[in-house]
Amino acid sequence: MIGGERLAVRKTYKLYLGGAFPRSESGRTYEVHDAKGAFLANAARASRKDARDAVVAARGAFPKWSGATAYNRGQVLYRVAEVMEGRHAQFCEEVAAGEGLSAGRARAAVDAAIDRWVWYAGWTDKLAAVLGSANPVAGPYFDFSLPEPTGVVAVLAPQRSSLLGLVSVLAPVLAGGNTAVVVTSRERPLPAVTLGEVLATSDVPGGVVNLLTGDAAELGPWLAEHDDVDAIDLTGAPPERAMEFEREAAGSIKRVLRPPAAEPDWSGDPGLGRMRTFLETKTVWHPKGF
Amino acid sequence: MTHVLDPHALTAETPPRREPPTPFADVTRSESAFRAFLHGLPGVDQVGAQSRVAVLGTRSIKTTSKAWAIDTAISMVDLTTLEGADTPGKVRSLAAKARRPDPTDPGCPPVAAVCVYGDLAGIAKEALAGTGINVAAVATAFPSGRASRAVKLADVRDAVANGADEIDMVIDRGAFLSGRYLDVFDEIVAVKEACGEAHLKVILETGELVTLDAVRRASWLAMLAGGDFIKTSTGKISPAATLPVCLVMMEAVRDFRAATGRQVGVKPAGGIRTTKDAVKHLVLVNETAGPDWLTPDWFRIGASSLLNDLLLQRQKLRTGHYSGPDHVSVD
Repeated sequence: MIGGERLAVRKTYKLYLGGAFPRSESGRTYEVHDAKGAFLANAARASRKDARDAVVAARGAFPKWSGATAYNRGQVLYRVAEVMEGRHAQFCEEVAAGEGLSAGRARAAVDAAIDRWVWYAGWTDKLAAVLGSANPVAGPYFDFSLPEPTGVVAVLAPQRSSLLGLVSVLAPVLAGGNTAVVVTSRERPLPAVTLGEVLATSDVPGGVVNLLTGDAAELGPWLAEHDDVDAIDLTGAPPERAMEFEREAAGSIKRVLRPPAAEPDWSGDPGLGRMRTFLETKTVWHPKGF
Repeated sequence: MTHVLDPHALTAETPPRREPPTPFADVTRSESAFRAFLHGLPGVDQVGAQSRVAVLGTRSIKTTSKAWAIDTAISMVDLTTLEGADTPGKVRSLAAKARRPDPTDPGCPPVAAVCVYGDLAGIAKEALAGTGINVAAVATAFPSGRASRAVKLADVRDAVANGADEIDMVIDRGAFLSGRYLDVFDEIVAVKEACGEAHLKVILETGELVTLDAVRRASWLAMLAGGDFIKTSTGKISPAATLPVCLVMMEAVRDFRAATGRQVGVKPAGGIRTTKDAVKHLVLVNETAGPDWLTPDWFRIGASSLLNDLLLQRQKLRTGHYSGPDHVSVD
C-alpha cells in the first residue's frame, strides 16, 4: 500500500432527522454532481414518509426549543456558528464545487453565511423588545403584545445558493423559537448535509432542525397539506407549482411565505421580515398589582 | 385473630380442587405432578421465535388491507386508563371516546372495552350503558398482586358488583417463579369463581417471567385454571408486550384448543403505541393461531396512546394527507 494510489472513499450521505442520521425510509439515493458534471457523492432522496417522520420529530422538539429562554436560544445558535467556523474549509470546498465558484468567492459566501448565522443568533433576545409592545390603555391594567413562535415550519430551501441561501431561510425560523423541516437544494445538497453534521455536534436539541435532501417538487405537496405543519416557506419551490402548494396549504390555514419572483442575491441586508413571518403576536391584559 | 374480609377464606377446610379439562384432568393432583407437567412442555427456541416474528414483521400491508387492519385493530382496543390520578370525569370522557373514537367520521368502529380500576367500573358502566362496549376492571391488588387471597377475592367481587363485564387479574409472580404452581392455579380458580358471569383475563406479567419457557408454562397454567383470556402485562413495567412473547402465547392457545376443544383469547397490553405495531400483532395472530382469533371476542389490544395513532392513520387513508395530533382528542 505504501506509495500506492489511495482508493477514493465514495460517500453516501444520509438524512438528518430527529438528531440522528437515518437513510431514507424508501432506500433511495441520487448522485450529486459538481457544477461541471463530475461525480461528488451520493445523497439520500427523501420520501413522503421521511417528511412525515421529520414533522413528528419537529413537533416533539417544539416544546423544549420554544420554551427555552431567548437568551439560551441565542447561545445555542451562536455555538452553531462556532462549529461552522471549524468546518470552514469543508464548506468552502463544497460550495465551490456545487456552485462552480472560484475559491475566493466561495470563501466569501461561507464567511457571509457564518456571519449571518451569528447575526440571527443575536436577534433571539431582542425580538420581543422590537416586535412586542406595552400598549397604551385607559384603565388600571397593563396590555402587552408579545411575539410567539408559530410552531413547526416547513422550509423549501433555495435551489441555487446552497449555504448562504440555506442559512438565510433556516436561521430566522430557529431564532424565533420554531422548529424546522427543511427540504434542501436538490442539485446542491452537500453544504446542507455538512450543516446537519454541524447541528448534530453543537447544542441544538435533536428534532429542532430536520434536513431532507431530495426533491422539493416531490415533498412540497405532502408538507403543504400536512395538518401538523404550521407554516411553510416556499422559497425553493418550483416556480410553476408554488401557487398549487399555497392552495394546498390553505386546507390547514398555514402561514405561507411566498417565493420571490427569482432567487434573490442573498448577500443583501436580510431585515426582520423572515423572522416576523414565523412569529404570532399574542396580546394579554394584565391587572396592575396593588 | 379475626379477619375483616372473609373468614372462610382462611379456614383450613378447603374445597376439593377443581379439575382442569380433559385430557389434563390429573395434572393438578399434586404439586410435583403439576410441576412435572409444566416443565414437560416443549422448550421455546428463543432465537427461532425472534427470527419468526422478525420475518412476520416485514409483511407489507397496504391500501384496502391496511384499512381493514386499522378498523379491526380499533375494534379490538381495550381503551385503558390505570393511573392513580383517574377521576370519574376522566373515565366518562374515555367512555365517550370509546363509543365514537373519531367524531368526524361516523364510520369509525367503537372499541371493544374500557379498562379501569375497580372503583371506577360503575362510572364506566353507566357511561357505556346500551353501547355493547364492555367494562373491564383490573383487580386482585393490581399491578403487583401482593395481597392476601381474601383481599384479592374481595377486590374481584367489588369490581363485579360495580358492573365490570371483564376482570383483569394478575398472577402471583412470586409464587410462580419460586415454583409454587398449585398456589397460582388455586388462586386463578378462586378468582374465576368470584367473577361469576364476568370474563376473566389472566395477566402473566411476562416482563417479570424472564424467559419464554416461563411464559409458555404460565400460559398453560392460566388456561388449565379456567382463564378466558391470557394477557401479557399490566403495562406498569417494561418490557411489556413484545412480539416473541405474543407468539408463544398464541401458540399456547392454539395448542390448548387442539387438545381440549376450549378456545382462550389473548390480549397483549402495554408498549403497543403505533399502528405498525398493532398490524404486526394482527399478522402474528393470523399466522400463528389463525383467523378464528381475529375478532374482538378472542383478541384484544390493551392500550391508551395506540388508539390516537390508529385514528391518525385512518384519517390519512380517508383524506389523502397527513393528519396531526391536534386532530384527535387528548385523553
